[in-house]
Amino acid sequence: MTQLPGLLDTEAIRKDFPLLDRQVHDGKKIVYLDNAATSQKPRQVLDALSAYYERHNANVHRGVHVLAEEATALYEGARDKVATFINAPSRNEVIFTKNASESLNLVANMLGWADEPYRVDHETEIVITEMEHHSNIVPWQLLSQRTGAKLKWFGLTDDGRLDLSTIDEVITDRTKVVSFTLVSNLLGTVNPVETIIRRAQEVGALVVIDASQAAPHMVLDVQALQADFVAFTGHKMCGPTGIGVLWGRQELLEDLPPFLGGGEMIETVSMHSSTYAPAPHKFEAGTPPIAQAVGLGAAVDYLSAIGMDKIAAHEHAITEYAVKRLLEVPDLKIIGPSTAEDRGATISFTLGDIHPHDVGQVLDEQGIAVRVGHHCARPVCLRYGIPATTRASFYLYSTPGEVDALVEGLEHVRNFFG
Amino acid sequence: MYQDVILDHYKHPHGRGLRDGDAEVHHVNPTCGDEITLRVRLDGTTIEDVSYEGQGCSISQASASVLNDLLVGKELGEAQRIQETFLELMQSKGQVEPDDAMEEVLEDAVAFAGVSKYPARVKCALLSWMAWKDATAKALSQEAKTA
Repeated sequence: MTQLPGLLDTEAIRKDFPLLDRQVHDGKKIVYLDNAATSQKPRQVLDALSAYYERHNANVHRGVHVLAEEATALYEGARDKVATFINAPSRNEVIFTKNASESLNLVANMLGWADEPYRVDHETEIVITEMEHHSNIVPWQLLSQRTGAKLKWFGLTDDGRLDLSTIDEVITDRTKVVSFTLVSNLLGTVNPVETIIRRAQEVGALVVIDASQAAPHMVLDVQALQADFVAFTGHKMCGPTGIGVLWGRQELLEDLPPFLGGGEMIETVSMHSSTYAPAPHKFEAGTPPIAQAVGLGAAVDYLSAIGMDKIAAHEHAITEYAVKRLLEVPDLKIIGPSTAEDRGATISFTLGDIHPHDVGQVLDEQGIAVRVGHHCARPVCLRYGIPATTRASFYLYSTPGEVDALVEGLEHVRNFFG
Repeated sequence: MYQDVILDHYKHPHGRGLRDGDAEVHHVNPTCGDEITLRVRLDGTTIEDVSYEGQGCSISQASASVLNDLLVGKELGEAQRIQETFLELMQSKGQVEPDDAMEEVLEDAVAFAGVSKYPARVKCALLSWMAWKDATAKALSQEAKTA
């Protein structure tokens, strides 16, 4: 067995994840390398979900019975856990949403309906990048179309990094908001946050960071980042689906208008008008995803007990090994940085002329789960002139043996279509 | 799923390349990026040529090659029967075991029976067939207008 420095005790960790024992296609043990799409869930999260439904289920923030109080305490307790996990100055800055897409749409709509000085209109500009997931492109396209604001973006270099050579022309005095991903879901690139934030602050633009591919894998400190908003989703970080987070600076959350109206987000309501609850409730209309928030709280506990710095070190070691092994495969081309420096544990590649669908299907027959397609980041595929990629993405339970299985699997794919 | 017949058609496609046609269509499969440009040339009710160019997985490319084999030279009515039979097979979710009668109609295309078990891949197999149907309708309506 390959031993690498910095690896976690995956033998122990894998015992927490029932699904990793699953066999597919007549007894082949699953090799799960689709973690950038969603992670598997540890027993601790599954137990928290069933304990919530079996013992504490009630609606939150209403009713005086014991179950309502327990459910509220669990839901709000999850908010405390997430606030600590991202080092938020205040728990009231943590808004629960249904996923990162909803978080990003929420910011775009807060700004679309805002008064000065936050208002995005036809005299202002929005800046994104060419490596964004569709969820950090389309909300800004909609905002641009509805307000007349100009949408601009940073292009990419040939080796899969942001081209910041014209940063002063892209981010200008007219820029109202800059929104970019911390880690690319297709290329794996970790972006230079400081450079972008410094320029944004110079011109007084708000900064939104999509941390969907960062929060599961590294220490995420919203104060150190110095952004104004940070969005991520629960299901990629061992939590259940249906729960996401938007963190925003308190003063902004106080100033900006609500987007969705309904129960829970109000102070008083008359037939003519309403006043709103303070943040975070102002942005959480309707019954929230309670069990899912509780599950995310359990996921945060699980990850924190292992240590995000240790998880990052483990993934770095796996990525270094995977890059080296993959580059040994003839005709394989990595789309994105070809070293492990400033990159996450997500590796996209092409394999000669073999279509990624065929690569993925033949890997699946061997029990290896990867993602194929444009990964909801079609502009990246267009930029590199490819229809799609095969993507292998690793997590805290991934092993060097799984990298070896992937490489062997790809040899089989080459023989099959060769 | 990957029958030898399918791999043969994928590696050595029949009738590939765009030639003169009465109508042209461009179809894409948005979930995976498979694309095809397809032209149909008719001589009355006989299919004189189906030519195509595209990119995509082995299933979508092989399926276009099989279509060219099966439909060129056929009367439209018969071609439509073949297309419907292929559609029925692909929508069978792996439940239809092709019998001799079906094999008589579909020839090499029965090799795609296994693909019908994979919902994500059925669209790949049907891409060229839907494009052909669309192009034929377009050619016929143009003919009706000029007649």
